Amino acid sequence: MNRRWARNQLALLALIVLTGVVLAAALAPYLPLADPDTVDTVQRLKPPFTPGHLLGTDEFGRDLLSRLVWGARVSLLAGAATAAAAMLIGVLLGVLSGYYAGWPETVIMRPTDILMAFPYILLAIAIVAGLGPGLRNAMIAIAIVGFPIYTRLVRGIVLSVRGREFVEAARALGSTDRLILARHIVPQLLSPVIVAFSLDVGAKILATAGLSFLGLGTQPPTADWGSMLATGRQFVILSPHVVLLPGLAIFVIVLALNLVGDALRDLPDPRSYSS
Amino acid sequence: MRSYLARRLLLLVPVLVGVSVVVFLVLHLSPGDPAEIMLGSQATQEDLARLRRELGLTEPLHVQYFHWVAHVVRGDLGRSLWMKRPVLDEVLNRYQATLVLTASGLLLSTLGGIALGVASAVRPHSLLDRASAVTSLFGASMPVFWLGIVLMVIFSLWLGWLPASGMWAPYGGGGLRDLLAHLVLPAVTLAAASLTIIARLTRSAMLEILSQDYIRTARAKGLIEQRVIFRHGLKNALIPIVTVVGVQAGYLLGGAVLTETVFAWPGVGLLMVQGILARDFPLVQGCVLVIALTFVLINLAVDLLYAWLDPRIQYE
Repeated sequence: MNRRWARNQLALLALIVLTGVVLAAALAPYLPLADPDTVDTVQRLKPPFTPGHLLGTDEFGRDLLSRLVWGARVSLLAGAATAAAAMLIGVLLGVLSGYYAGWPETVIMRPTDILMAFPYILLAIAIVAGLGPGLRNAMIAIAIVGFPIYTRLVRGIVLSVRGREFVEAARALGSTDRLILARHIVPQLLSPVIVAFSLDVGAKILATAGLSFLGLGTQPPTADWGSMLATGRQFVILSPHVVLLPGLAIFVIVLALNLVGDALRDLPDPRSYSS
Repeated sequence: MRSYLARRLLLLVPVLVGVSVVVFLVLHLSPGDPAEIMLGSQATQEDLARLRRELGLTEPLHVQYFHWVAHVVRGDLGRSLWMKRPVLDEVLNRYQATLVLTASGLLLSTLGGIALGVASAVRPHSLLDRASAVTSLFGASMPVFWLGIVLMVIFSLWLGWLPASGMWAPYGGGGLRDLLAHLVLPAVTLAAASLTIIARLTRSAMLEILSQDYIRTARAKGLIEQRVIFRHGLKNALIPIVTVVGVQAGYLLGGAVLTETVFAWPGVGLLMVQGILARDFPLVQGCVLVIALTFVLINLAVDLLYAWLDPRIQYE
C-alpha cells in the first residue's frame, strides 16, 4: 500500500512536470524570454546564472533557457506527432489484419514482419538517408519504423476478441462488420493503445533527438534538444552546460512520460470488472 | 531438432528478400534523381550520365533490383563515391570495430543484467532491488548519446582516467590494453539501457520460477540455496531472458550508431552517418545491409538457442 502511494505521488509529480513543460512550450512566444536565435558573440558560452541569462548562453551567445523552451516545442511536437502517426497507421492495419483473416493479413503482416527484422533506429536512419536529412523526413522515418509495434499489439487483441461470444452474438443479430468493429472491437483497444501511446511518446522523443544528434533531423538555425546537444559537443571541455542541459531536458521529459505511462498501465481497467 | 533447424533456415529466405528490398529502396526513396543528389548541382551532364549508367538507374525498377541483388550475392556492393573504393572493403574494414563494441555491450548488459536481476529476485524489495528499479527507469529514459557525453566529461575530462575517443591511441598505442581502455566508456554507454531491461526481466522471470512447487521441493530435500537458485531457478528462467537478450542485441546494433558517433569509434555506424551526410548512397546501402544481416543472424542464433535450452520447443 505504501509503495503504491509513493508511486502514485511520483506519477503525480511527473504529471506536474510534464504539464509545466508543455505549457511553457505552448506559451513560448508569450513568455518573457530572449529571442532564441539572436546571436551575441560577446556573451558566448556564459555559464548558468549569468545576469540576463539564467541558464547561460551557447557558442553563439544565444540564450540557453530560451533555446531550451523553443526547442521543447520542436521535440515535444515531433515526439507526439510521430507517436500519433505511428499509432493511427498501426491501429488501422492491426484491426484490418486481425479482423479479416486471409489475404489482408498476409499483405499487412509480412511487410510489417520485414520492418521488424531491422534494428529500430537503423531503419529510421536508412529511411532518412533515402529521403534526405531534415526534421520532416526524420519524423516520417520514425513514424514508419514505429507503427509495427502497434500493429502487432492491436492484431493480437483483435484476434482474441474476434471469437468472443458478444461478437458472435452481434454477428448473429445481423450487425455489419463496420458496426461490430466500431461498437465491439475498437472500444476494447482503447486502454492498451492509450498506455502504449503514453510510453511511446517518450521513445519517439528519444528517437527524434537521436536523429537530430546525428545531424539527420532538425537543421540549423532551428534547434531541438538533440541538435543543441550535437552542436554543443565541440564546446564540452570549456562549457559542459551547453551539452548537459539539453540532455537533461530530454532525460527529465522522457522520465516524466514513462512514469505517467507506467501509472496509466497500473490503473485498473474499468472494463475488466464488467466482463 | 533437425526439422526445426531446417524450417528456421527456410524462414530466413523471405526475411532476407525483404531486407534486401528495403535496403535497395533506400536509394529510390529520395524525390528526384539519385545521381543528381549524389553528385550535387555542380555535376556535368556527362558525369551524371556516367553515374546513372554505373548504378543502372536507366532501367526499370525491378530490373535494377535484380541486378543489384546479383551483384550483392557476389560480394559486390558497388563503389563508394566519397571514398572512391569498393564499398564492401570499406564496410568490412569497419565491421570488426562495430562487432567488438556491440559484443562487449551485449556481454556487459547480459552478465550484469542477469546478476542484478537474480540478486533482486532473491531479495525482493531490498535496497538493491529498489535501486535496480530506479536505475531501470533512468536507463529507459536517458538518451544514449547524452549518457556517453556525460561519462566522457566525468571520466576523461575531469578525472582523466580513460581516453575520450577513438579505438586506439594515436601514438605508441596498440595491444589489448589500449583497446580495452578505449572500449570501456563506449561499451558501458551502449550497455546501460539494455542492462537495466535485462535485469528487470530476469527479476520477474526468477520471481515466478522461485515460487514454483519444484523449487520448494528442491529446498525441502536440503539442497544448498545457491544450487536451488542457479541450477533449478535460473536455468528455467533462461528462455524469456534469451528472448529479451535477442531483442536487446538489435537495440545495441542500432545504438552502436549513436555511440560510435559520440566516441568517434571507427565502426560501421559512424561510417554510415558520414556516408549519409556525404550523400553516398552505395556506401549507406552497404552499411545498412551488413548491420541488418548481422541482426538477422543474431535472431537465428537466439531461436536455435531456444531449441537447445528447451528441447520441447517445436516449430508450429
